[in-house]
Amino acid sequence: MSTTQVKFYQVGSFAVGNRLLRDDERSVQSDPDRTNALTSGHRACQGCGEALGARYALDAAMRATNDQLIAVNATGCLEVFSTPYPESSWRVAWLHSLFGNAPAVATGVAAALKAKGNTTTRVVAQGGDGATVDIGLGALSGMFERNDDVLYICYDNEAYMNTGVQRSGATPPAARTATTQAVGAQPGNNFGQGKYLPKIAMAHDIPYVATATIADLRDLEAKVERAMTMRGARYLHVLVPCPLGWGSASCDTIKIARLATQSGLFPVFEAINGEVVASSKIRHRVPVDEYLKLQARYSHLFSPERNDQVIDHLQRIADKNIERYELMGE
Amino acid sequence: MFQVRIHGRGGQGVVTAAELLAVAVFDGGKHAQAFPSFGSERTGAPVVAYCRISDHEIRAREPIMEPDVLIIQDASLIKQIDVFAGLQPRGYVIINSAETAEELQLADKIKVPHSLAILPATEIALTHLGRPVPNAVLLGAFSALTGVVPLEAVASAINEKFKPKIAAGNVAAATAAYEYVMNQVATHA
Amino acid sequence: MLRQVEGSKAVADAVAACQPEVICAYPISPQTHIVEGLSQLVKDGTLPNCEFINVESEFAAMSVAIGSSATGARTYTATASQGLLYMVEAVYNASGLGLPIVMTVANRAIGGPINIWNDHSDSMSQRDSGWLQLYAENNQEAVDLHIQAFRIAEEMSMPVMVCMDGFILTHAYEQVDIPTTEEVKAFLPPFVPRQHLDPAEPVSIGAMVGPESFMEVKYLAHQRMIDSAAKVQEVAKDFEAHFGRKTGGLLRSYRTDGAETIVLALGSIIGTLKDVIDELQLDGKSIGVVGLTSFRPFPYEAVAAALKGAKRVIILEKAFSTGTGGIVTQDVARAIEGMGIKDFTVIAGLGGRPITIASLRNYLTNAMAENIERLTFLDLEIDTVEVEINKERALR
Repeated sequence: MSTTQVKFYQVGSFAVGNRLLRDDERSVQSDPDRTNALTSGHRACQGCGEALGARYALDAAMRATNDQLIAVNATGCLEVFSTPYPESSWRVAWLHSLFGNAPAVATGVAAALKAKGNTTTRVVAQGGDGATVDIGLGALSGMFERNDDVLYICYDNEAYMNTGVQRSGATPPAARTATTQAVGAQPGNNFGQGKYLPKIAMAHDIPYVATATIADLRDLEAKVERAMTMRGARYLHVLVPCPLGWGSASCDTIKIARLATQSGLFPVFEAINGEVVASSKIRHRVPVDEYLKLQARYSHLFSPERNDQVIDHLQRIADKNIERYELMGE
Repeated sequence: MFQVRIHGRGGQGVVTAAELLAVAVFDGGKHAQAFPSFGSERTGAPVVAYCRISDHEIRAREPIMEPDVLIIQDASLIKQIDVFAGLQPRGYVIINSAETAEELQLADKIKVPHSLAILPATEIALTHLGRPVPNAVLLGAFSALTGVVPLEAVASAINEKFKPKIAAGNVAAATAAYEYVMNQVATHA
Repeated sequence: MLRQVEGSKAVADAVAACQPEVICAYPISPQTHIVEGLSQLVKDGTLPNCEFINVESEFAAMSVAIGSSATGARTYTATASQGLLYMVEAVYNASGLGLPIVMTVANRAIGGPINIWNDHSDSMSQRDSGWLQLYAENNQEAVDLHIQAFRIAEEMSMPVMVCMDGFILTHAYEQVDIPTTEEVKAFLPPFVPRQHLDPAEPVSIGAMVGPESFMEVKYLAHQRMIDSAAKVQEVAKDFEAHFGRKTGGLLRSYRTDGAETIVLALGSIIGTLKDVIDELQLDGKSIGVVGLTSFRPFPYEAVAAALKGAKRVIILEKAFSTGTGGIVTQDVARAIEGMGIKDFTVIAGLGGRPITIASLRNYLTNAMAENIERLTFLDLEIDTVEVEINKERALR
């Protein structure tokens, strides 16, 4: 009898399910004894992409390190909604210091462990795009340059969300924010050259750089686990849609993340020592419109009529990503 | 309390000279306080360093305004700044130069009675060290002229500070300077 | 062991003797020789089990220190002036989180205009931050204060700044007794953190505290600072028992018995003042000096006791509050309220302006006759500034 290779995908409700996988290949979330690093009771918005991403990422890190983990958090939504004193949602050793210093604080934690001869406990730092790309960039670069043994995870919702949706260095062109309003001759954020942190991380030649989204949670877990097999500075950039800031329905968070990858606007790939080694191929390519029209932060591009010039420009950006990161094909 | 002021240019080891002197004094069982006056860090710019010497704990920290000893590591400074300002009567002046007191026009510049030693410290350094760094050399002259620290203490300080080969050269140069000045003093006695 | 050594080197050796586990610092004049010295000791193995992190800014330095200290490691850093200001957010964070970090501040003026020389404006600007501030009179005290600081910090769970005058002390060569690692060990036990990051017992450190609890948290910090005065004294006393010297503590009086006029000052100028006081006393003048070691916590009772009986106190300061005047003066005035002691302020040595014996003698002679203004800027070029002031006023 001939056999056919069948590809199993995790695709919305058509998921194959974990029961066909070995225990250690299953999602951490299928384990009733998982850490549940970010437990329920926190104050995140309905449909928050960051809460989902952080829980998956830290649970994966805890499994990968046999629960030997210390987490350092930057100021931002994740920190604010998870630790309203006297409550804390964190079930891991957790430290929050300031907005711009999470990478440096994590460096300090790693240094202390090293000085004490502790080679088992590992360090994860996490922050939003504002903390990572703007105010914390100096500290992040320092951490990269020294190759400090820290996995830094950036949850990118493309603006300073906790303070009211102001533009950050990661805000995409044309997006409406509180400081790049949809008014005037060029509504929304400017078309600049952007500040693409994954490439900046790669330029530091650190051991591991990867991008991920909460649309492919197994992929996110796998990347965290892979990162924890390595030592030195590692960087993970995760797209986490924000219903409030993006003006999207809270039930669409995962869908929007998927459309970001399938349009080519958010490339998903891995890099080792500064070179791309693998990328996730686009399965069902969509024009950027499909992604943009679910978000009110782009509504000015469709109303009163479709802004061809701007949307075409965005399409070209997506096209360039697809080419650069070889996102089509097998 | 005995106060020494050292003038030179950045890069000539003026600060090291004060440090060595302080260590030499310490090795001899006395108290010493040495410190530089800070300008911008630039080779060639005028630099001043100070050293206080005492049998007791030294508490004051003002710059030395009324030195008992002046060490001029670079004679070109004489025309440029008032290196002799505040010199105490019956103080000591040590100048690194191949010229004479007349050629340096010292009579116009030094207004108080003093003991003077002029020696070609740079040349002595070149001979014994192979480098034109006169700082340790001049401490040999200091020892000879003032008698405040014995030459052995200067040598011991040099040996503590530098690696053996460089230390040996400096000690030899300091000794040569010591003998040069002792001769000068003997001649003028 | 007694050595003739540069102040910075002495401090580096003293810190090393305390066996810190993490040192993270960014270079800035005049602190550079301290961190260079420590870097050498770590690199050549003299100081083992210690990570020396070359950070990319002072903000990173204090941040690395926060992470390290929160993980239960004995942590040290050093800075001055602009560097201290650059890390201020983290300075407040460290004290807010109760982390026993020890930091040397090599006192240097804050710009603009840029000035690399000594005054107290840097540490004074952080007097409200919740850090203890101890000022060294000489390099021996600088050495001793660092050793005492680790113990005070760890027993109080509060960070401590050891302040030493930039260049004047850091770059001065004088004789210092530097205790060995073994001697320090007998005095300074290993660091046992009140709480720390430990996967075995996970805690969340750094939660967001709202209006309903913030006042209480801050009040606790206020009370802790007040209580730390007793700890400063206790540790100084124990230090004396171990090492045989009276250094540290809250303050020191010199020839103040029956003195009509008392000068109060911090840092290296105390040494120069002692020489001036001796001269004036020889002339039959009734004058003494109080050297303040602990500025935070401010020892109100001890200051009142030290100044009791004097007619007037002259507070010599190396910093000031723009448009207002003395900073230390404000605390001293509060301490002596109702005691019938007049206070005068002299701002001196800003930006490294040398404070000379002659100048002090002249000013204090006038001060003893109260022939001075309430606030004086010592050795000010009056003519120059008057021209400038009139010019500016004419323009407005």
